[in-house]
Amino acid sequence: MQNTAESNQYKSKVKNLSFYYGTFNALKNIDMMLHDKKITALIGPSGCGKSTFLRCFNRMHDLYPGNRYEGEITLYPDNVNILLPKVDPIEVRMRISMVFQKPNPFPKSIYENVAYGLRVRGIRQRAILDEKIEDALRNAALWDEVKDRLNDLAFNLSGGQQQRLCIARALATDPEILLFDEPTSALDPIATASIEELIADLKHKVTILIVTHNMQQAARVSDYTAYMYLGELIEFDETDTIFIKPKNKQTEDYITGRFG
Amino acid sequence: MSKELHKKKNYVGRLGYSYRRNLHERFIESILFLSALLSVVIMLAIIVMLVKESVIFFQHVSIWEFLTDTQWTPLFDDAHYGILPLVAGTVVSSMVALIVALPLGTIIAIYLSEFAPFAVREVAKPFLELLGGVPTVVYGYFALLFVTPLLQMIFPELPGFSLLSAGLVMGIMIIPYVSSMTEDAMRAVPMHLREGSYAMGATRFQTAIRVVAPAAFSGIAAAYILGISRAVGETMVVAIAAGMQPNLTWNPMEPAATITAYIVQVSLGDLPHGSIGYQTIFAAGLTLLLMTLVFNIIGHLLRKRYREIY
Amino acid sequence: MRNVNNLDEIRKIIGRHKRWDLLFMITGIIALMIAIMTFIALFTQMLIDGMPRLTWDFFTSFPSRRPEAAGILSAWVGTTLVMLVTAASAVPLGVGAGVYLEEYAPKNLFTEIIEINVTNLAGVPSIIYGLLALGLFVYQLGFGQSILAAGFALALLILPVVIVATREAIRAIPIAIREGAYALGATKWQTVSDHLLPYSAAGILTGIIIGLARAIGETAPIITIGALTFIAFLPPSPVTNEFPYISFEWLTAPFTVMPIQMFNWVSRPEEAFQLNAAAAGLVLVVMTLAMNGLAIYLRYRMRKNIKW
Repeated sequence: MQNTAESNQYKSKVKNLSFYYGTFNALKNIDMMLHDKKITALIGPSGCGKSTFLRCFNRMHDLYPGNRYEGEITLYPDNVNILLPKVDPIEVRMRISMVFQKPNPFPKSIYENVAYGLRVRGIRQRAILDEKIEDALRNAALWDEVKDRLNDLAFNLSGGQQQRLCIARALATDPEILLFDEPTSALDPIATASIEELIADLKHKVTILIVTHNMQQAARVSDYTAYMYLGELIEFDETDTIFIKPKNKQTEDYITGRFG
Repeated sequence: MSKELHKKKNYVGRLGYSYRRNLHERFIESILFLSALLSVVIMLAIIVMLVKESVIFFQHVSIWEFLTDTQWTPLFDDAHYGILPLVAGTVVSSMVALIVALPLGTIIAIYLSEFAPFAVREVAKPFLELLGGVPTVVYGYFALLFVTPLLQMIFPELPGFSLLSAGLVMGIMIIPYVSSMTEDAMRAVPMHLREGSYAMGATRFQTAIRVVAPAAFSGIAAAYILGISRAVGETMVVAIAAGMQPNLTWNPMEPAATITAYIVQVSLGDLPHGSIGYQTIFAAGLTLLLMTLVFNIIGHLLRKRYREIY
Repeated sequence: MRNVNNLDEIRKIIGRHKRWDLLFMITGIIALMIAIMTFIALFTQMLIDGMPRLTWDFFTSFPSRRPEAAGILSAWVGTTLVMLVTAASAVPLGVGAGVYLEEYAPKNLFTEIIEINVTNLAGVPSIIYGLLALGLFVYQLGFGQSILAAGFALALLILPVVIVATREAIRAIPIAIREGAYALGATKWQTVSDHLLPYSAAGILTGIIIGLARAIGETAPIITIGALTFIAFLPPSPVTNEFPYISFEWLTAPFTVMPIQMFNWVSRPEEAFQLNAAAAGLVLVVMTLAMNGLAIYLRYRMRKNIKW
């Protein structure tokens, strides 16, 4: 009954994952867990492969030729390896949403931006759309600011609002995991604070994996932290452990700012 | 090193201001400015030339007659000066061309920009470019001697000259023009928008139609409008394959002259400078210029818009 | 909350969407094939009709009333001379205008007018340039139906192409290069002539070649200036035996060019002349394809070699 135990505790398990851009080995034998309804942060110096790792979870690498995965990312409770070629990347992306580094709203209205994921599933009934969109915007703490102008172009929102819109877009389809790729790196400190607060609130609803270049951010929002360096996972543990008494010397050097 | 420099006669050991150097620079700048100015002069010259001869023409022929008469027979004894038959020929041949060029050009652009593997794109794009470089007189030959006989196998009643045949070939000819501009507009859409769509579980087709095409809307619209302008102004294909007889018809199966074909027909003859026949081609040319100018201006405004967004 | 994540339903929807993907992919390939097949049909048709006529004599004979004796000597000589005039006038003017707009022009209303105007000129139908040349060069300036008038008409036609190519090539050079030159005390013109023009030469050349390829095939403006179609003689030679050994008489000579010759033959009802048209068309297409191909190749090389 080990599976049941794991599926209760974990949302996903990464086993021996390697990734190649052509011949370049960008990720090397990574083993890790995603705890269900918890926030896991990926930290490390730039170029260490944290974004590459994140983008394995929704098979974004399939979009470009010459990319290759090895190993497993198992999704619970299904207990399937989502990296298998027979698993449809589109299905994976429908179940695992992503928020990008730079806010990337579509050139559509606020309403249509959030509706996009639902429309892609062929949902047309106005009542369902309205309900889901309101929920998503409320969850993204954007509803009060935009409820009177849902038909405005999304480009007219501020940077922080755009990013929250992108979070709402990702939430509208009730994803099982939400991926954040340095979601605040293009934002000012005030917008960053509001996004961080939002992410912390969301963990009750969804499992979160967040890449950040900002160690304080990882310390502030996450429950678990993984430190990566040159494509390898150096240390993975509870955030408090990583930041207070890391087991690995390399991690300690990075955390204390002696390196990176 | 610095000692040697000091020995040189023209070495200036202080911050100076060279009058001669400045004059030289000014001179070059004026020459460059004049060559840039030339483009405005050309445009003005075109307008002045067309308007000047057209004014004389309209002293003989009322604008009312020009716009409403249903016959265009300026070279006959019973002269009529109604531009309608030529406009109709132009509109019909352009419509046929656009029915071919816009859908095919768009599909090719979407395919190349969003679907095609890198290798296909690398081969197809230069090939399309070559296709766009074939002289129009060659396309005219192809329309008359290949496409018309081919069409006659399907429609035996099709005459040797027809707007249909000319329009079809013109359409094929415009495809590279439409597809390359449409593709440019689509590729200008930043990758992170596409990734946003794919990350929501959208397919390529959904991403292309729901995200990329709307984002590139003004660029695609510009490509269409400049394509229309191209079809309206095209000369040789229609002059060769559609016949040069003015014929007020909306039926593409008939022969008819376009504005451009009429100008060619008159130029082939030996019309004395200053005769009314000579002036008719300028009046026709002015009509053509106004039609294309409207399309071009709208097209360029749209293009500018999408360039500003991204 | 409603559940939108019924896995079976999602899979059904994805399957349906993927069929659309496939369908569009096939449509795209078919559309591309239509364009490509047309070109192949065009080329094959000309090859079958024209190839037997492509003998040495065809290149060295004047046009004739007897189709089997007719050739393109006056046409290709005319095309060469007209292109000389076109290149000699369009290249300096176009490059000059491009340099001015990219490097010198102040940001004001007048510059904007020039810019809008250049894009508009590019969209003016070629036959309108013919009318301009007819009114201005042939009659107003009294050049007559000469090589000079035709060369200028085509120069005006390709001017926007050269201007745009020059601007794009110069714009691609990073600011750092300019700053480097200025920091060494270069004047604006020195920066342009020592750095910007040499570094953008390949790009400008590409534009010039594409422009000239277009000019070679242009028929309408030349017809409009009333160029005779039956020319059984050559213009006076530019090189003479007497001092000063160079003559410009050819500039004012009557002429014919390749596309006019082809048009003339296409419009004859006799089939034998249409075979000549195919042969002339073949030469014309090979010429323009070679030039366009060279331009594409140059651009490809440039993209590979220079990474700013």
